This record gives sequence, C-alpha cells and structure tokens, in this order.
Amino acid sequence: MTKKPISLNTVTIKQALTGLQAKDFSLAEIYEATDQIVAKQNKDLNVYLATNEKASVEARKVAESPLAGLPIAVKDNFGTIGLPTTAASLVLDGYQSQYESTVTTKLLEAGGVIYGKTNMDAWAHGSSTETSQYGRTLNPRNTQHLPGGSSGGSAAAVAADMCLGALGSETAGSIRQPAAWCGVVGLKPTYGRCSRYGVVAMASSTDSPGPIGKTVEDTAILLNAIAGHDPYDSTTSQEAVPDFTSFLDKSIKGMKIGVLYHDLPGLDEIWPHFDAATKVLSDLGALVEPVKAFDPHHAIGVYTIVQRAEVSSNLGRYDGIRFGNDRSHFGDEAKRRIMLGTFTLSSGYSDQYYLRAQKVRTLFINDFEKLLKKYDALISLTSPGYAKKIGASEGAAMFGELEDLLLEPSSISGLPGISVPCYRDPNTNLYLGLNIMTPKWQEGRAIQIADAYEKATTWNSWRQP
Amino acid sequence: MRHLICGLEVHAELKTNSKMFCGCKNDPFGASQPNIYTCPVCLGLPGALPVANKKAIEWTIKLGLALNCKINLFSKFDRKHYFYPDLPKAYQISQYDLPFCENGFVETSEGRVRIRRIHLEEDTGKLLHKTIDGNKVSLIDFNRSSVPLIEIVTEPDIHTASQAKEYAKKLRQILRYLDIANCDMEQGGMRLEANLSLANTPDVLPKYKVEVKNINSFRFMEQAIAYEVIRQTELLDKNQTPAQETRGWDMQKQVTYSQRVKEEAEDYRYFPDPDLPPIEFTQTQIEIMRKLLPELPDVIARRWEHDFNLDPKNSAYFLETQSGAQWADAVFADAKRNKVEPNDVANLIINKKVTVDQTTPVTEVIEKILAATRTDQLDPNLVKEAINSIKNEFPTEWQRYQAGDKKLLGFFIGQLKKKINQPLDPKQIIELLNK
Repeated sequence: MTKKPISLNTVTIKQALTGLQAKDFSLAEIYEATDQIVAKQNKDLNVYLATNEKASVEARKVAESPLAGLPIAVKDNFGTIGLPTTAASLVLDGYQSQYESTVTTKLLEAGGVIYGKTNMDAWAHGSSTETSQYGRTLNPRNTQHLPGGSSGGSAAAVAADMCLGALGSETAGSIRQPAAWCGVVGLKPTYGRCSRYGVVAMASSTDSPGPIGKTVEDTAILLNAIAGHDPYDSTTSQEAVPDFTSFLDKSIKGMKIGVLYHDLPGLDEIWPHFDAATKVLSDLGALVEPVKAFDPHHAIGVYTIVQRAEVSSNLGRYDGIRFGNDRSHFGDEAKRRIMLGTFTLSSGYSDQYYLRAQKVRTLFINDFEKLLKKYDALISLTSPGYAKKIGASEGAAMFGELEDLLLEPSSISGLPGISVPCYRDPNTNLYLGLNIMTPKWQEGRAIQIADAYEKATTWNSWRQP
Repeated sequence: MRHLICGLEVHAELKTNSKMFCGCKNDPFGASQPNIYTCPVCLGLPGALPVANKKAIEWTIKLGLALNCKINLFSKFDRKHYFYPDLPKAYQISQYDLPFCENGFVETSEGRVRIRRIHLEEDTGKLLHKTIDGNKVSLIDFNRSSVPLIEIVTEPDIHTASQAKEYAKKLRQILRYLDIANCDMEQGGMRLEANLSLANTPDVLPKYKVEVKNINSFRFMEQAIAYEVIRQTELLDKNQTPAQETRGWDMQKQVTYSQRVKEEAEDYRYFPDPDLPPIEFTQTQIEIMRKLLPELPDVIARRWEHDFNLDPKNSAYFLETQSGAQWADAVFADAKRNKVEPNDVANLIINKKVTVDQTTPVTEVIEKILAATRTDQLDPNLVKEAINSIKNEFPTEWQRYQAGDKKLLGFFIGQLKKKINQPLDPKQIIELLNK
C-alpha cells in the first residue's frame, strides 16, 4: 500500500495485515478510527448491543498473532466471557456467559479481538433484525432499509466499517441474506465445519457459525481462524481443514456451474443484473447453464417445521429459574415459533409434520447430491430482491422464510455457500448478492469462484479502483 | 380366579468415571457438596452441547448381551420434553424408538421374563425441599444431572410378587457382576417401578394399568405388589375398574397411595436429538463385545451345580462380582480336592461360621474350614494315651520339643493323626501336648 486510506477503519483485514507489517500505520490508529465511527454512528444504526471497552488494550497484547489484534464484531448469540450474551432477547437481558464459545475462543487464539456484540433478530428468529428486542438495526447503505438478518448487526457493522470483519451464524440465510442486503460478503460454511458449542442454539440441525467480511479474501482469512473439529460438538466434522486463502487468485476456467431458480416470477427488474453476473462467470471460462432443481418452495415447509420444532425444544430451558428472565419476556416471534414447534412435535402430529418434513429434507439432500455430481457449483440470487424497507417484517409472520427462499434448500441440506455483491442500484445504493453453493466441505471452491468474480467486477465497494 | 399381570421398569445409574454427556465426575453420592460436579452442559446453559460417553454406550450393550437382547446396529438419542426444575434443559436426552437393546430375557424360577428394551439416558438433578430462615425453599443439586442412567423394561411377564423380586434381584446381580453399576438402592442408584393389573384370563391385558413408582427396596416392591393385588381384587369384585394412575408405597402404613391420575398418555414430544449423531455398530463389533463378556452368573451356577453338586440357592452369594466368583470357583475346587463338600464350605461361609472373603488365599480357606469343621473334641484320655506312646517312640524329638523346638509341633500332630485316625481339633492337641 502506497497511500494511507482516509480512515483506517475502512481497510480490509488483508490490507490491515499488510499495512501493519509494513508499518504503514499502527493498530492504535485502526482502533482510533473504528472507535470514532462507532461513537458517531452506533446510536443511529443500532449495530452493537455492547462494545468492548478494553478492545484496543487486548489488541496490543496479540499484535504478533495471525489476526494481529484486529477488531472483529461478533453476533450476540456467541457466548463470550466479559461481554453480555443476550441473543437480542430480553429473556437473556444482561446475561453473562460463564464460558467462551469454541468459535470465539478460536478467533481470540488467532489474535482477533471481539470489538463488540452485534444486534440480531431475537434468538436469530428472522431475516430483518426487526425482531430484536433492543430495536432494529438500520442498513448502513440506506438507512430507510433493513439490513436483513438474523446476522443483520454483523453485516451492518462490516458495511459501515465499524469493524474489520465479523462473525455471524446461519441456519437458512442468516449470514448470506444480510450480507447481500448490506453489500458485503457472507460465507455460510458446511454444517459441522465450525463448532456450535457456546452459540445460543436456534435450529440445532442447521446452525452454522461463519464469517462476514468486506471481501471474499477476508472471509477466507476469518474462516481459517474459526473452522475445525471440536470435541465439545459431536456434529463437527473430522474433515481436514484446508488453508482457505489458497483458493484465492485461481482460475475458474472449465468449471461447470449450474444456475438455479431463474424461473421465479416477479423479479423482471432483477434478472438482467443476475444474468450479467452469470456472464462474468462465463467470461472467466466457466461453463454456465441453467438447471432444474427441486422447487425451493417445498424447502420453506421443511425448514419451517424442522426449525420450529427444534426452537420449541431449545427454548424450553429459558424458564428464568436459574438465569435470565422468565418466559413473559419472550417476544411475539419467539412465542409463535415455540407454539408452532410444540404443535408439530405433538403426539399424533409429529408423523404428519416433523417426520414428513425430514423425509422431504432427504429429497433435497439427494437432489443436491445429484446436481453437484454434474456441476462444480450451483449459483442463484442470494435474496429475491433488494433490502426491504424498515417495518416490512412487522405483521409478516413468514417474512424470513420468503426472503430466504433461495437459501433454505441448500441450508437444510447442510451445504456451504457464499454471497458476494453482484449489483448496486445507483438510485437506492442497495445491493444484490450472488449466491454460490458447492458440495459439502468444498467452501474452498466457493471461495475460488466468488474471489474470481469479485476481482473481475466493480461491485465490491472496498475494491473500487 | 384373577391373574396378576406385571411388568417392571428398572433404572440404574452406570458407574462410569464421567457423566453421560459431559466430562464432569460421575459421583453424585460421594460429592462433598452440592453442585460441585457441574459444567455448562449438565447445567443446560445456553449454547452448551452434549457429547455421548462411549463407555456408557458400551456398557449398555454389554448388559444387553448379558440379558440375551438383540442389539440394534443403528441407534440414536432422542429428546424427551417435560418441565421440572431438576431438568435443566427442559428435556431429557433419552432413547425413543431405537434403543440400544431389545427383545431379551431373564430366567426366574417362576418362568422367563422377557426384556422389551434397554435404553440409555441421563439422570436429572435432585430437588431438596428445606426450610431456611423460616422460609420454605426448594434447592437443586445438579451433581446427579446427566449421570448415565439405563432403563430396563420387561414385558408383562411377571405373575407373582415373589417373581418380581427374584427378577429384580437377578438384574441387580448381573449389573453388579458386569461391574457397570453399584445399584445402591437406598441412594437411588437403582430404582424400581411396577406396572400392574389383574386379568381374568392370563395373557389378556386388562384395559387399565396401575404404576407403582419410586420403590427403593426389593422387599417394598414385593409388599407393594402384594398389596395392590388385594386392593385391585377388592375393586374388581365390586365391579369397579381400578383407576389408571401412579401410586407410591407408604412403608409405614404398608399401603400404596395415589400420586397422580393419568387421564391420557403424557406427550413428551420426542424427536431425534440434533446435537448427537446416530450411533452405528457393525455385527462384527457386537460379536467382539459378546466374546469379551465374562462367564455369567447363571452359567456359573449351573456349572457349580454340575461340578461341585452345589445347591443353586447357595450360588448367588458367591456371584456378586467376577473376582468373587473366580475366588469361589477356586475354593470349591480346592475343597473337592480335599474331600470336603463344597456345599458345606458354602454354608459355612454364608453363615459366617468362618470369616473368609475373596482376599483370603484359597489354601488358607480350606485350612480354616477344616479347623472349623473339626471342633468336636476327642476323649482327652485317648489323646493323652496316644501322646504318651509317641513320647516313648520318639524320645529325642520329644526332648527337643520340650526344650523349645516348636518346629516339631507339626511332626507330633502328624504322628497323632496316624495313631488316632480321626479328625483332630488342633487347639485341643496343642493344649494336651503342652501340658
């Protein structure tokens, strides 16, 4: 780097690591700039529910580590010692976790510093951050709009340069959809790639912690830090963890890429931008062609039933007897999900709902398996549209499911995926995301394609020439 | 004529080092204070996840093999939901439709009792109701939370109270013999539940079922079942159907009492625990485990009966542990070699006529047995006469003995044995020799 950027909070993780090494700037300057923007904007954007007063002090101690003490935002459903963990629910108002989640432990070990805990849909129930019981987060790209969710705070923190990178979690779209809406990069790893230990459980069979970054490269760096088997989570895999940055700057020539869900109605204004993105991939040498997959609408049913069932079970412990507040503090969305889940698991109904949903889930898994034998990757729009206006989720009980329509099939199948910005509307400053899905444990390939795409286009706001 | 139709559900805590789903010490009864063996997992804190204890799974299968069960090669854990303050997650990790073991049996003197299933689950915490500073409070101790617990469920094959007792005792014997559970009943390490009803025709299940719960001794169970037979008979004689309910046993009043009436089956909303991947075994793995099983108490008892003519009633005492059985095996064999009836040996040990246990070397046991069986004193004059004649035969030796060479005691006893040709009481002999 020859020229110092105007403000050091706007650097990417990669730029920061290079710049710090070259002594172009100091860690203290990065923190100073970040503190300034957070002081200025957090009140309006409502990105952080809590910030770490000691962040810059902690950073100095780990300056020599792989992540060099850089400030990372962490979704508030990760248990962290020293900062409250509320999952944006009043039930856990002021709750202090007695132990550190595995993923944040790994982040800290790699030299990341938890700058603050970010807002989210309460219990991660939603795709708007509007169900947070601490108020909605606004989209930094256009404050009339929502950031998406449930990791809306983390995506907004990245978009607003209020951190250098962030951690989120996704069960079905909760990383990729807010990343798309906020014009940042979101990587949902394979289910079992990153440990769930210490993450407030939402839908246990799909919860996947993952990174949100300014660039594909940054998400690869963060995934290197947090991925891997955890003896405390039996659903994590023993699968070898590659160096995800080794997939950067590689050609995608000859790759076969299938295009999914191009027949969704009502998106006439959006398809040209998506088609332009597929053309970029063709120009890069990939063989891109449309493919027919299972109707994603069925995934909504599967996801709704499985997720509600698991939610109703996972939230049973919040009785206020040993910690937290009692059940009267649950918000409406949590109550709706608990009731629906309790119903679908009831005797006489579980065959009809839960077991049938699991069977359909298997059909999706098989369908993807078949498709991914033929194709190296599958792509789709991340979200069927731009960020919705504030208030859009209110009174819309199935808001999230409809917004995450294109992501739920791969999520219930446990597949990895990455969302990269693929268009910016010059009038609204809002973004569209390109969703790239690969077979299980092939996050590297998704990173390779996303990185090639990102570097061949101008949509990434941190890669402006 | 009415027939008792009874099935038993027995819970036993496994004595693994660590708990079922976390690394905490599994020692709820030995804990010096409440809540010292706890962690985020067994406290059900937000974000905590269970990891299954392999040893506990192996032990469950070991028990299943010992009880002649079919072992499911594909099993899983399920969540069983209910709210209670001692259940920190609001669900218990248990097994629903795919338990580790199914379709076994235990033989009793009153017939075979079929085992429907054996599954593995976690125990709950313990509630303590106390008055502190004049306030009635409920305290929770989570030392027991997530301790591995197996549940052994029979078919309704038990037809008398004594058969129920025999079955339960046999089960405890096997659990202890396999060294997988202490079965301390007073502390709740083994808990019994009887499901029972009376039928007009044997093998036709009546429309009602009474559950007697939380029985912590075999005797109480026998008494409770006997009481229920009388109580239900009286109701049925009056053309009344006993209520479908859970009853407890009041040992003071010697009666069962109603605890909870069950209108319909409870809905536990079971579903597979997404935190725990299914468990798979190959048939080869199961066969290896089968081969590693020790010779079981029933088999040993039959062998002892055959080889040593040992009364089966005497076997159980020696079949509590594997090391005890091995010791007894050697003792009985040694007794037979020494022409002593193993049954007499067994009786003397059981009735504490000789104080020996498995730490006593086998040869010493026989000496002690011999000593104990030959307490009948001989006519002192007969002995004196014999001593005198030996004195004359071996004057030098006698002089040395008198001078203090005590090594010669054995020599003189040997000579006396030859002369008298009757069982000797060593005490008496020594006394007379030293006079």
